[in-house]
Amino acid sequence: MPVEIDIDHVARLARVQLTDEEKARMRDQLAIILAHAAKVGEVAADDVSPTASPIPQVNVFRDDTSEPSLPHEAAMANAPVYADERFLVPKIAETGS
Amino acid sequence: MTDLCDLTGSELSAKLRDGEMTAVALAESAIARREALDGQVRAFLTPTPEVALERAAAFDTYLASGAPQSGVAGIPLALKDVLTTKGIRTTCGSKILESYVPPYDATAWTRLSGGGSVLVGKTNCDEFAMGSSNENSAYGPVHNPWDLDTVPGGSSGGSAAAVASGMAVWALGTDTGGSVRQPASLSGVVGLKPTYGRISRYGLIAFASSLDTVGTFTRSVRDAATLLGVMAGKDHRDATSLGADVPDYVEGIDAGVEGLRVGVLAEAFGEGVEPGVAASVRAGVDRLAALGAEVGEASLPHAEYALSAYYLIAPSEASSNLARYDGVRYGLRVDGDDSIEMMFRTRGEGFGPEVKRRIMLGTYALSAGYYEAYYGQAQKVRTLILQDYAAAFERFDVLVSPTSPTTAFPIGAKADDPMAMYLNDIFTIPANLGGVPAISVPCGLDSKGLPVGLQLTAKALDEAIMFRAAAALESDLGLDLRPPLLAAA
Repeated sequence: MPVEIDIDHVARLARVQLTDEEKARMRDQLAIILAHAAKVGEVAADDVSPTASPIPQVNVFRDDTSEPSLPHEAAMANAPVYADERFLVPKIAETGS
Repeated sequence: MTDLCDLTGSELSAKLRDGEMTAVALAESAIARREALDGQVRAFLTPTPEVALERAAAFDTYLASGAPQSGVAGIPLALKDVLTTKGIRTTCGSKILESYVPPYDATAWTRLSGGGSVLVGKTNCDEFAMGSSNENSAYGPVHNPWDLDTVPGGSSGGSAAAVASGMAVWALGTDTGGSVRQPASLSGVVGLKPTYGRISRYGLIAFASSLDTVGTFTRSVRDAATLLGVMAGKDHRDATSLGADVPDYVEGIDAGVEGLRVGVLAEAFGEGVEPGVAASVRAGVDRLAALGAEVGEASLPHAEYALSAYYLIAPSEASSNLARYDGVRYGLRVDGDDSIEMMFRTRGEGFGPEVKRRIMLGTYALSAGYYEAYYGQAQKVRTLILQDYAAAFERFDVLVSPTSPTTAFPIGAKADDPMAMYLNDIFTIPANLGGVPAISVPCGLDSKGLPVGLQLTAKALDEAIMFRAAAALESDLGLDLRPPLLAAA
Protein backbone atom coordinates (compact mmCIF):
# COMPACT_ATOMS: atom_id res chain seq x y z
CA MET A 1 0.00 0.00 0.00
CA PRO A 2 1.60 3.29 -1.07
CA VAL A 3 2.10 5.80 1.73
CA GLU A 4 0.85 9.30 0.96
CA ILE A 5 3.12 11.94 2.47
CA ASP A 6 2.46 15.65 2.73
CA ILE A 7 6.04 16.62 1.87
CA ASP A 8 5.49 20.35 2.38
CA HIS A 9 4.15 19.77 5.86
CA VAL A 10 7.02 17.46 6.87
CA ALA A 11 9.65 19.80 5.39
CA ARG A 12 8.11 22.65 7.37
CA LEU A 13 8.32 20.62 10.59
CA ALA A 14 11.93 19.68 9.77
CA ARG A 15 12.88 23.28 8.86
CA VAL A 16 14.47 22.18 5.59
CA GLN A 17 14.10 24.09 2.35
CA LEU A 18 13.59 21.71 -0.57
CA THR A 19 13.44 22.42 -4.28
CA ASP A 20 10.43 21.15 -6.26
CA GLU A 21 12.65 18.49 -7.77
CA GLU A 22 13.85 17.37 -4.34
CA LYS A 23 10.26 17.21 -3.12
CA ALA A 24 9.15 15.00 -6.00
CA ARG A 25 12.07 12.63 -5.60
CA MET A 26 11.69 12.49 -1.85
CA ARG A 27 7.95 11.80 -2.04
CA ASP A 28 8.66 8.70 -4.14
CA GLN A 29 11.62 7.49 -2.12
CA LEU A 30 10.01 7.98 1.28
CA ALA A 31 6.93 6.07 0.12
CA ILE A 32 9.09 3.06 -0.78
CA ILE A 33 11.10 3.21 2.44
CA LEU A 34 8.01 3.65 4.61
CA ALA A 35 6.22 0.77 2.91
CA HIS A 36 9.16 -1.41 3.94
CA ALA A 37 9.36 0.13 7.41
CA ALA A 38 5.65 -0.52 8.01
CA LYS A 39 6.56 -4.19 8.42
CA VAL A 40 7.22 -3.37 12.08
CA GLY A 41 3.45 -3.34 12.56
CA GLU A 42 3.22 -7.05 11.68
CA VAL A 43 4.92 -8.28 14.83
CA ALA A 44 4.74 -5.51 17.40
CA ALA A 45 1.81 -6.76 19.47
CA ASP A 46 0.11 -4.78 22.22
CA ASP A 47 1.71 -6.84 24.98
CA VAL A 48 5.26 -6.04 23.83
CA SER A 49 6.81 -3.15 25.72
CA PRO A 50 8.91 -0.61 23.82
CA THR A 51 12.70 -0.37 24.16
CA ALA A 52 14.32 3.06 23.97
CA SER A 53 17.85 2.03 24.92
CA PRO A 54 19.45 -1.42 24.70
CA ILE A 55 21.24 -1.07 28.03
CA PRO A 56 19.12 1.39 29.98
CA GLN A 57 20.62 3.23 32.92
CA VAL A 58 18.76 5.28 35.46
CA ASN A 59 19.80 8.00 37.87
CA VAL A 60 23.28 8.53 36.50
CA PHE A 61 25.01 11.06 38.72
CA ARG A 62 28.50 12.41 38.93
CA ASP A 63 30.15 13.96 41.94
CA ASP A 64 28.81 17.42 42.58
CA THR A 65 32.08 19.18 42.03
CA SER A 66 32.73 22.09 39.74
CA GLU A 67 35.06 21.67 36.80
CA PRO A 68 36.60 24.14 34.43
CA SER A 69 34.28 24.98 31.52
CA LEU A 70 34.99 26.34 28.07
CA PRO A 71 36.03 29.97 27.95
CA HIS A 72 33.30 32.06 26.26
CA GLU A 73 35.57 32.91 23.39
CA ALA A 74 36.26 29.23 22.59
CA ALA A 75 32.57 28.40 22.81
CA MET A 76 31.62 31.25 20.46
CA ALA A 77 34.48 30.91 18.00
CA ASN A 78 32.56 28.72 15.53
CA ALA A 79 29.49 30.97 15.37
CA PRO A 80 28.82 32.45 11.92
CA VAL A 81 28.20 35.88 13.50
CA TYR A 82 28.74 36.95 17.08
CA ALA A 83 29.59 40.02 19.07
CA ASP A 84 29.94 40.88 22.75
CA GLU A 85 29.61 37.23 23.77
CA ARG A 86 26.27 36.97 22.00
CA PHE A 87 25.16 35.02 18.92
CA LEU A 88 23.75 37.39 16.34
CA VAL A 89 20.76 36.33 14.21
CA PRO A 90 18.41 38.06 11.79
CA LYS A 91 15.44 39.66 13.49
CA ILE A 92 12.94 37.21 14.93
CA ALA A 93 10.06 39.62 15.61
CA GLU A 94 8.44 42.53 13.86
CA THR A 95 9.75 45.82 15.18
CA GLY A 96 7.18 48.54 15.90
CA SER A 97 7.49 51.67 13.82
CA MET B 1 57.92 -4.76 -0.15
CA THR B 2 56.68 -4.22 3.39
CA ASP B 3 57.08 -0.84 5.03
CA LEU B 4 56.80 -0.11 8.72
CA CYS B 5 53.25 1.16 8.21
CA ASP B 6 52.20 -2.29 6.93
CA LEU B 7 52.86 -4.03 10.24
CA THR B 8 50.29 -4.46 13.01
CA GLY B 9 50.14 -2.26 16.08
CA SER B 10 51.37 -5.01 18.39
CA GLU B 11 54.35 -5.77 16.13
CA LEU B 12 55.24 -2.09 15.95
CA SER B 13 54.82 -1.56 19.67
CA ALA B 14 57.39 -4.31 20.31
CA LYS B 15 59.81 -2.78 17.81
CA LEU B 16 59.50 0.61 19.48
CA ARG B 17 60.08 -0.90 22.90
CA ASP B 18 63.13 -2.80 21.67
CA GLY B 19 64.58 0.29 20.05
CA GLU B 20 64.50 -1.24 16.56
CA MET B 21 63.03 1.93 15.13
CA THR B 22 61.77 5.35 16.15
CA ALA B 23 58.19 6.58 16.26
CA VAL B 24 59.25 9.36 13.89
CA ALA B 25 60.42 6.81 11.28
CA LEU B 26 57.07 5.01 11.66
CA ALA B 27 55.07 8.22 11.30
CA GLU B 28 57.13 9.15 8.23
CA SER B 29 56.34 5.76 6.72
CA ALA B 30 52.57 6.24 7.13
CA ILE B 31 52.77 9.82 5.85
CA ALA B 32 54.77 8.72 2.79
CA ARG B 33 52.18 6.04 2.07
CA ARG B 34 49.38 8.60 2.18
CA GLU B 35 51.28 10.96 -0.09
CA ALA B 36 51.85 8.13 -2.56
CA LEU B 37 48.33 6.70 -2.66
CA ASP B 38 45.70 9.04 -1.29
CA GLY B 39 45.34 10.91 -4.56
CA GLN B 40 43.66 7.73 -5.77
CA VAL B 41 42.00 6.48 -2.57
CA ARG B 42 40.76 9.80 -1.06
CA ALA B 43 40.65 8.40 2.46
CA PHE B 44 41.60 11.62 4.25
CA LEU B 45 39.72 14.90 4.54
CA THR B 46 42.27 16.57 6.82
CA PRO B 47 45.70 14.95 7.05
CA THR B 48 47.74 16.08 10.06
CA PRO B 49 51.37 15.22 9.23
CA GLU B 50 52.82 18.04 11.34
CA VAL B 51 50.83 16.94 14.39
CA ALA B 52 51.93 13.34 13.79
CA LEU B 53 55.63 14.13 13.51
CA GLU B 54 55.57 16.39 16.56
CA ARG B 55 53.79 13.74 18.63
CA ALA B 56 56.10 10.99 17.39
CA ALA B 57 59.21 13.01 18.26
CA ALA B 58 57.82 13.71 21.72
CA PHE B 59 57.20 10.00 22.19
CA ASP B 60 60.73 9.09 21.09
CA THR B 61 62.11 11.47 23.71
CA TYR B 62 59.78 10.01 26.32
CA LEU B 63 60.71 6.44 25.44
CA ALA B 64 64.42 7.25 25.64
CA SER B 65 63.86 8.19 29.30
CA GLY B 66 62.94 4.56 30.00
CA ALA B 67 59.37 5.39 31.05
CA PRO B 68 56.64 2.73 30.68
CA GLN B 69 54.81 2.58 27.38
CA SER B 70 51.16 1.88 26.54
CA GLY B 71 50.24 -0.43 23.67
CA VAL B 72 49.05 2.48 21.53
CA ALA B 73 52.05 4.75 22.10
CA GLY B 74 53.82 5.95 18.98
CA ILE B 75 51.46 4.14 16.61
CA PRO B 76 49.91 6.13 13.72
CA LEU B 77 46.13 6.48 14.15
CA ALA B 78 43.45 7.98 11.92
CA LEU B 79 40.12 9.26 13.20
CA LYS B 80 36.82 9.32 11.36
CA ASP B 81 35.82 12.91 10.87
CA VAL B 82 32.79 12.65 13.16
CA LEU B 83 34.98 12.46 16.27
CA THR B 84 35.89 15.88 17.60
CA THR B 85 39.52 16.94 17.78
CA LYS B 86 40.36 20.15 19.58
CA GLY B 87 41.84 22.66 17.18
CA ILE B 88 41.56 20.32 14.17
CA ARG B 89 38.72 20.77 11.69
CA THR B 90 35.92 18.21 12.06
CA THR B 91 33.42 18.17 9.17
CA CYS B 92 31.27 15.03 9.56
CA GLY B 93 31.67 14.78 5.79
CA SER B 94 29.17 17.64 5.55
CA LYS B 95 29.19 21.06 3.97
CA ILE B 96 27.33 22.37 6.99
CA LEU B 97 30.44 21.82 9.17
CA GLU B 98 33.04 22.62 6.50
CA SER B 99 34.93 25.05 8.70
CA TYR B 100 34.01 23.73 12.14
CA VAL B 101 37.00 23.57 14.52
CA PRO B 102 35.91 21.90 17.76
CA PRO B 103 36.94 23.43 21.07
CA TYR B 104 37.08 19.96 22.70
CA ASP B 105 38.32 16.40 22.17
CA ALA B 106 36.17 13.27 21.97
CA THR B 107 36.79 11.03 24.99
CA ALA B 108 37.85 8.09 22.79
CA TRP B 109 40.55 10.31 21.29
CA THR B 110 41.48 11.81 24.66
CA ARG B 111 42.20 8.33 26.00
CA LEU B 112 44.27 7.26 22.99
CA SER B 113 46.07 10.57 22.95
CA GLY B 114 46.86 10.18 26.64
CA GLY B 115 48.39 6.81 25.79
CA GLY B 116 50.70 8.39 23.24
CA SER B 117 48.77 7.79 19.99
CA VAL B 118 50.09 9.59 16.92
CA LEU B 119 47.27 11.24 14.93
CA VAL B 120 47.90 11.15 11.17
CA GLY B 121 44.60 12.70 10.14
CA LYS B 122 40.83 12.84 9.92
CA THR B 123 39.15 10.49 7.48
CA ASN B 124 36.42 10.82 4.90
CA CYS B 125 32.98 9.38 5.66
CA ASP B 126 29.37 9.47 4.61
CA GLU B 127 27.76 12.74 5.67
CA PHE B 128 26.91 12.51 9.38
CA ALA B 129 27.75 8.79 9.16
CA MET B 130 24.64 8.13 7.06
CA GLY B 131 25.46 5.66 4.32
CA SER B 132 26.96 2.32 3.39
CA SER B 133 29.29 3.28 0.56
CA ASN B 134 30.98 6.57 1.47
CA GLU B 135 29.34 8.11 -1.61
CA ASN B 136 27.31 10.47 0.60
CA SER B 137 30.34 12.51 1.63
CA ALA B 138 30.11 16.17 0.60
CA TYR B 139 33.82 15.86 -0.26
CA GLY B 140 33.56 13.02 -2.76
CA PRO B 141 33.70 9.24 -2.51
CA VAL B 142 36.50 7.08 -1.11
CA HIS B 143 37.93 4.42 -3.43
CA ASN B 144 38.50 0.89 -2.20
CA PRO B 145 42.23 0.02 -2.27
CA TRP B 146 41.28 -3.50 -3.42
CA ASP B 147 39.66 -2.12 -6.57
CA LEU B 148 39.63 1.64 -7.07
CA ASP B 149 36.38 1.46 -9.07
CA THR B 150 34.51 0.06 -6.08
CA VAL B 151 33.33 1.55 -2.79
CA PRO B 152 35.14 0.83 0.49
CA GLY B 153 31.79 0.54 2.28
CA GLY B 154 30.51 3.09 4.75
CA SER B 155 29.93 5.13 6.57
CA SER B 156 33.48 4.92 7.96
CA GLY B 157 34.93 4.24 4.49
CA GLY B 158 37.93 6.54 4.82
CA SER B 159 39.11 4.88 8.02
CA ALA B 160 38.71 1.42 6.48
CA ALA B 161 40.62 2.38 3.33
CA ALA B 162 43.36 4.15 5.31
CA VAL B 163 44.06 1.03 7.39
CA ALA B 164 43.77 -1.35 4.42
CA SER B 165 46.37 0.67 2.51
CA GLY B 166 48.82 1.44 5.33
CA MET B 167 48.14 5.17 5.53
CA ALA B 168 47.40 4.48 9.20
CA VAL B 169 48.19 1.42 11.29
CA TRP B 170 44.75 1.59 12.85
CA ALA B 171 41.78 3.92 12.91
CA LEU B 172 38.57 4.75 14.70
CA GLY B 173 35.18 4.78 13.10
CA THR B 174 31.63 4.88 14.37
CA ASP B 175 29.01 2.18 14.02
CA THR B 176 25.30 3.00 14.20
CA GLY B 177 23.97 0.28 11.89
CA GLY B 178 27.16 -1.35 10.63
CA SER B 179 29.31 1.64 9.70
CA VAL B 180 32.48 0.04 11.07
CA ARG B 181 31.86 -3.65 10.35
CA GLN B 182 30.55 -3.31 6.78
CA PRO B 183 33.46 -1.15 5.49
CA ALA B 184 35.91 -3.40 7.36
CA SER B 185 34.38 -6.35 5.53
CA LEU B 186 34.54 -4.66 2.13
CA SER B 187 38.11 -3.42 2.73
CA GLY B 188 39.70 -6.57 4.16
CA VAL B 189 40.42 -5.37 7.70
CA VAL B 190 39.14 -6.18 11.19
CA GLY B 191 36.21 -4.01 12.33
CA LEU B 192 35.00 -3.91 15.93
CA LYS B 193 31.72 -2.54 17.26
CA PRO B 194 31.83 -2.89 21.06
CA THR B 195 28.87 -3.13 23.43
CA TYR B 196 26.72 0.00 23.43
CA GLY B 197 28.13 2.31 26.12
CA ARG B 198 31.45 0.47 26.43
CA ILE B 199 33.27 3.47 24.88
CA SER B 200 32.07 6.97 25.72
CA ARG B 201 30.18 8.81 22.98
CA TYR B 202 31.32 12.21 24.24
CA GLY B 203 32.64 14.03 21.19
CA LEU B 204 31.10 11.55 18.76
CA ILE B 205 28.94 14.00 16.84
CA ALA B 206 25.51 12.45 17.28
CA PHE B 207 23.60 10.61 14.57
CA ALA B 208 21.31 8.20 16.49
CA SER B 209 22.16 8.32 20.16
CA SER B 210 20.68 4.99 21.27
CA LEU B 211 22.61 3.16 18.51
CA ASP B 212 25.89 5.07 18.04
CA THR B 213 29.11 3.36 19.13
CA VAL B 214 32.78 4.18 18.60
CA GLY B 215 34.55 1.29 16.84
CA THR B 216 37.97 0.32 15.53
CA PHE B 217 39.67 -0.66 12.25
CA THR B 218 42.82 -2.75 12.66
CA ARG B 219 44.89 -5.30 10.77
CA SER B 220 44.64 -7.85 13.58
CA VAL B 221 42.12 -8.92 16.19
CA ARG B 222 44.75 -8.38 18.88
CA ASP B 223 45.05 -4.74 17.85
CA ALA B 224 41.28 -4.27 18.20
CA ALA B 225 41.51 -5.70 21.74
CA THR B 226 44.38 -3.34 22.56
CA LEU B 227 42.50 -0.25 21.39
CA LEU B 228 39.30 -1.24 23.17
CA GLY B 229 41.19 -1.73 26.42
CA VAL B 230 42.53 1.81 26.27
CA MET B 231 39.23 3.47 25.34
CA ALA B 232 36.64 1.49 27.32
CA GLY B 233 35.17 2.60 30.62
CA LYS B 234 32.90 5.04 32.37
CA ASP B 235 33.00 8.69 31.37
CA HIS B 236 30.94 11.14 33.36
CA ARG B 237 30.50 13.20 30.20
CA ASP B 238 28.37 10.40 28.68
CA ALA B 239 25.58 9.24 30.97
CA THR B 240 25.07 6.12 28.83
CA SER B 241 28.68 4.96 29.21
CA LEU B 242 28.99 1.77 31.24
CA GLY B 243 30.80 1.49 34.55
CA ALA B 244 31.52 -2.24 34.30
CA ASP B 245 35.13 -3.22 34.93
CA VAL B 246 37.36 -3.21 31.86
CA PRO B 247 39.10 -6.58 31.55
CA ASP B 248 42.48 -7.08 29.90
CA TYR B 249 41.10 -7.93 26.46
CA VAL B 250 44.48 -9.04 25.11
CA GLU B 251 45.23 -11.53 27.85
CA GLY B 252 43.83 -14.93 26.90
CA ILE B 253 43.06 -13.87 23.34
CA ASP B 254 45.03 -16.85 22.01
CA ALA B 255 43.25 -19.38 24.22
CA GLY B 256 41.51 -20.95 21.22
CA VAL B 257 37.94 -22.08 20.65
CA GLU B 258 37.97 -25.59 22.14
CA GLY B 259 34.47 -26.15 23.51
CA LEU B 260 33.26 -22.70 22.51
CA ARG B 261 29.59 -22.79 21.48
CA VAL B 262 29.26 -21.21 18.03
CA GLY B 263 25.78 -20.57 16.62
CA VAL B 264 25.46 -20.10 12.88
CA LEU B 265 22.57 -17.82 11.94
CA ALA B 266 20.73 -19.93 9.40
CA GLU B 267 18.65 -17.06 8.04
CA ALA B 268 21.82 -15.14 7.14
CA PHE B 269 22.67 -17.34 4.15
CA GLY B 270 19.49 -16.81 2.16
CA GLU B 271 18.39 -14.62 -0.69
CA GLY B 272 20.61 -11.65 -1.58
CA VAL B 273 23.80 -13.16 -0.17
CA GLU B 274 26.43 -13.51 -2.88
CA PRO B 275 27.59 -17.13 -3.36
CA GLY B 276 31.23 -16.11 -2.84
CA VAL B 277 30.34 -14.52 0.49
CA ALA B 278 28.32 -17.51 1.70
CA ALA B 279 31.08 -19.93 0.67
CA SER B 280 33.85 -18.02 2.47
CA VAL B 281 31.82 -17.60 5.65
CA ARG B 282 30.80 -21.27 5.66
CA ALA B 283 34.45 -22.24 5.19
CA GLY B 284 35.31 -20.02 8.18
CA VAL B 285 32.70 -21.81 10.27
CA ASP B 286 34.21 -25.15 9.23
CA ARG B 287 37.60 -23.94 10.43
CA LEU B 288 36.15 -22.99 13.82
CA ALA B 289 34.64 -26.48 14.06
CA ALA B 290 37.97 -28.05 13.09
CA LEU B 291 39.63 -26.04 15.85
CA GLY B 292 37.31 -27.59 18.41
CA ALA B 293 34.31 -25.26 18.57
CA GLU B 294 30.87 -26.80 19.05
CA VAL B 295 28.98 -25.49 16.04
CA GLY B 296 25.18 -25.46 15.94
CA GLU B 297 22.37 -23.67 14.16
CA ALA B 298 21.07 -20.47 15.74
CA SER B 299 18.22 -18.13 14.91
CA LEU B 300 17.16 -14.55 15.54
CA PRO B 301 13.52 -14.95 14.48
CA HIS B 302 12.81 -11.20 14.43
CA ALA B 303 15.98 -10.20 12.59
CA GLU B 304 13.94 -9.85 9.40
CA TYR B 305 12.17 -6.89 11.01
CA ALA B 306 15.39 -5.26 12.21
CA LEU B 307 15.99 -3.28 9.03
CA SER B 308 12.47 -1.84 9.14
CA ALA B 309 12.80 -0.90 12.80
CA TYR B 310 16.23 0.61 12.24
CA TYR B 311 15.05 2.83 9.39
CA LEU B 312 12.45 4.31 11.72
CA ILE B 313 14.49 4.56 14.93
CA ALA B 314 17.75 5.89 13.46
CA PRO B 315 16.16 8.61 11.30
CA SER B 316 13.86 9.61 14.16
CA GLU B 317 16.80 10.13 16.49
CA ALA B 318 18.75 11.81 13.68
CA SER B 319 15.96 14.27 12.92
CA SER B 320 16.09 15.35 16.54
CA ASN B 321 19.90 15.39 16.87
CA LEU B 322 20.43 17.31 13.65
CA ALA B 323 18.01 20.05 14.70
CA ARG B 324 21.07 21.70 16.26
CA TYR B 325 22.39 22.77 12.83
CA ASP B 326 20.42 25.97 12.68
CA GLY B 327 23.03 28.42 11.44
CA VAL B 328 23.26 30.15 14.81
CA ARG B 329 25.97 28.68 17.04
CA TYR B 330 28.30 26.89 14.65
CA GLY B 331 28.56 25.74 11.07
CA LEU B 332 27.22 27.17 7.85
CA ARG B 333 24.77 30.04 7.76
CA VAL B 334 22.87 31.04 4.63
CA ASP B 335 21.27 34.42 5.23
CA GLY B 336 17.56 35.06 5.05
CA ASP B 337 15.17 37.91 5.77
CA ASP B 338 14.41 36.56 9.22
CA SER B 339 15.75 33.83 11.49
CA ILE B 340 13.30 31.20 10.31
CA GLU B 341 14.10 31.74 6.64
CA MET B 342 17.81 31.72 7.50
CA MET B 343 17.32 28.34 9.19
CA PHE B 344 15.39 26.82 6.25
CA ARG B 345 17.99 27.99 3.75
CA THR B 346 20.98 26.97 5.88
CA ARG B 347 19.66 23.44 6.27
CA GLY B 348 18.47 23.22 2.66
CA GLU B 349 21.90 24.13 1.32
CA GLY B 350 24.08 22.67 4.06
CA PHE B 351 22.74 19.11 4.12
CA GLY B 352 23.17 16.60 1.30
CA PRO B 353 20.40 14.40 -0.17
CA GLU B 354 20.76 11.38 2.16
CA VAL B 355 20.82 13.50 5.32
CA LYS B 356 17.74 15.40 4.17
CA ARG B 357 16.03 12.11 3.34
CA ARG B 358 16.66 10.77 6.82
CA ILE B 359 15.65 13.99 8.55
CA MET B 360 12.40 13.94 6.58
CA LEU B 361 11.84 10.25 7.32
CA GLY B 362 12.43 10.76 11.04
CA THR B 363 10.34 13.89 11.22
CA TYR B 364 7.47 12.06 9.53
CA ALA B 365 7.81 9.00 11.80
CA LEU B 366 7.66 11.22 14.89
CA SER B 367 4.90 13.53 13.66
CA ALA B 368 1.43 13.70 15.17
CA GLY B 369 -0.77 10.83 14.00
CA TYR B 370 2.13 8.61 12.86
CA TYR B 371 4.29 8.31 15.97
CA GLU B 372 2.59 5.19 17.34
CA ALA B 373 2.35 3.37 14.00
CA TYR B 374 6.01 3.90 13.13
CA TYR B 375 8.37 4.92 15.94
CA GLY B 376 6.33 3.27 18.69
CA GLN B 377 6.06 -0.01 16.81
CA ALA B 378 9.76 0.06 15.91
CA GLN B 379 10.65 0.34 19.59
CA LYS B 380 8.59 -2.79 20.24
CA VAL B 381 10.50 -4.66 17.55
CA ARG B 382 13.64 -3.62 19.38
CA THR B 383 12.34 -5.43 22.46
CA LEU B 384 11.72 -8.56 20.38
CA ILE B 385 15.27 -8.43 19.05
CA LEU B 386 16.70 -8.12 22.56
CA GLN B 387 14.63 -11.19 23.51
CA ASP B 388 15.96 -13.05 20.47
CA TYR B 389 19.54 -12.33 21.50
CA ALA B 390 18.87 -13.37 25.10
CA ALA B 391 17.51 -16.72 23.90
CA ALA B 392 20.36 -17.26 21.41
CA PHE B 393 23.05 -16.52 24.00
CA GLU B 394 21.59 -19.08 26.37
CA ARG B 395 22.67 -21.69 23.85
CA PHE B 396 25.70 -20.08 22.24
CA ASP B 397 28.76 -18.02 23.20
CA VAL B 398 29.07 -16.37 19.81
CA LEU B 399 26.88 -16.08 16.73
CA VAL B 400 28.20 -16.18 13.16
CA SER B 401 26.88 -14.60 9.96
CA PRO B 402 28.31 -12.81 6.96
CA THR B 403 29.06 -9.17 7.83
CA SER B 404 27.65 -7.94 4.54
CA PRO B 405 25.65 -9.81 1.89
CA THR B 406 28.06 -8.63 -0.81
CA THR B 407 31.69 -7.74 -1.37
CA ALA B 408 32.66 -4.26 -2.57
CA PHE B 409 30.34 -2.97 -5.30
CA PRO B 410 31.10 -0.44 -8.06
CA ILE B 411 30.92 3.26 -7.23
CA GLY B 412 27.52 4.50 -8.41
CA ALA B 413 25.88 1.05 -8.53
CA LYS B 414 23.36 1.70 -5.75
CA ALA B 415 23.62 5.46 -5.38
CA ASP B 416 20.12 6.20 -6.74
CA ASP B 417 18.30 3.42 -4.92
CA PRO B 418 18.19 4.08 -1.16
CA MET B 419 16.40 0.81 -0.37
CA ALA B 420 19.04 -1.29 -2.18
CA MET B 421 21.73 0.62 -0.29
CA TYR B 422 20.00 0.09 3.06
CA LEU B 423 19.96 -3.70 2.47
CA ASN B 424 23.76 -3.69 2.82
CA ASP B 425 23.30 -3.41 6.55
CA ILE B 426 20.84 -6.25 6.99
CA PHE B 427 23.25 -8.40 9.03
CA THR B 428 24.90 -5.62 11.00
CA ILE B 429 21.84 -3.68 12.19
CA PRO B 430 20.51 -6.23 14.74
CA ALA B 431 23.63 -5.81 16.94
CA ASN B 432 23.05 -2.06 17.13
CA LEU B 433 19.39 -2.49 18.04
CA GLY B 434 20.40 -5.06 20.68
CA GLY B 435 23.42 -3.11 21.96
CA VAL B 436 25.59 -6.23 21.73
CA PRO B 437 29.23 -6.34 20.56
CA ALA B 438 30.17 -7.64 17.11
CA ILE B 439 33.32 -7.91 15.05
CA SER B 440 34.02 -8.42 11.36
CA VAL B 441 37.06 -10.58 10.55
CA PRO B 442 38.37 -11.15 7.01
CA CYS B 443 37.66 -14.78 6.07
CA GLY B 444 38.66 -14.97 2.38
CA LEU B 445 38.40 -13.45 -1.06
CA ASP B 446 35.61 -13.92 -3.60
CA SER B 447 36.12 -14.82 -7.26
CA LYS B 448 36.75 -11.15 -8.06
CA GLY B 449 39.57 -11.08 -5.53
CA LEU B 450 37.59 -8.89 -3.13
CA PRO B 451 37.60 -9.48 0.64
CA VAL B 452 34.78 -11.17 2.53
CA GLY B 453 34.09 -10.53 6.21
CA LEU B 454 32.72 -12.95 8.79
CA GLN B 455 30.77 -11.40 11.64
CA LEU B 456 30.93 -12.72 15.18
CA THR B 457 28.45 -11.42 17.75
CA ALA B 458 28.57 -11.94 21.53
CA LYS B 459 26.35 -10.96 24.42
CA ALA B 460 26.66 -7.53 25.99
CA LEU B 461 30.08 -6.91 27.60
CA ASP B 462 31.39 -10.29 26.41
CA GLU B 463 33.92 -8.84 23.95
CA ALA B 464 36.69 -11.06 25.34
CA ILE B 465 35.12 -14.30 24.14
CA MET B 466 34.39 -12.75 20.76
CA PHE B 467 38.05 -11.71 20.41
CA ARG B 468 39.13 -15.25 21.26
CA ALA B 469 37.02 -16.77 18.49
CA ALA B 470 38.04 -14.05 16.02
CA ALA B 471 41.74 -14.43 16.82
CA ALA B 472 41.58 -18.21 16.44
CA LEU B 473 39.98 -17.89 13.03
CA GLU B 474 42.40 -15.17 11.92
CA SER B 475 45.42 -17.20 12.98
CA ASP B 476 44.14 -20.40 11.38
CA LEU B 477 43.31 -18.73 8.05
CA GLY B 478 46.58 -16.77 7.90
CA LEU B 479 45.30 -14.66 5.00
CA ASP B 480 47.53 -12.30 3.06
CA LEU B 481 45.41 -9.14 3.07
CA ARG B 482 47.56 -6.71 1.18
CA PRO B 483 45.43 -5.04 -1.49
CA PRO B 484 46.79 -5.17 -5.07
CA LEU B 485 47.27 -1.39 -4.96
CA LEU B 486 50.18 -1.88 -2.53
CA ALA B 487 51.91 -4.41 -4.75
CA ALA B 488 51.74 -1.90 -7.60
CA ALA B 489 53.09 0.96 -5.47
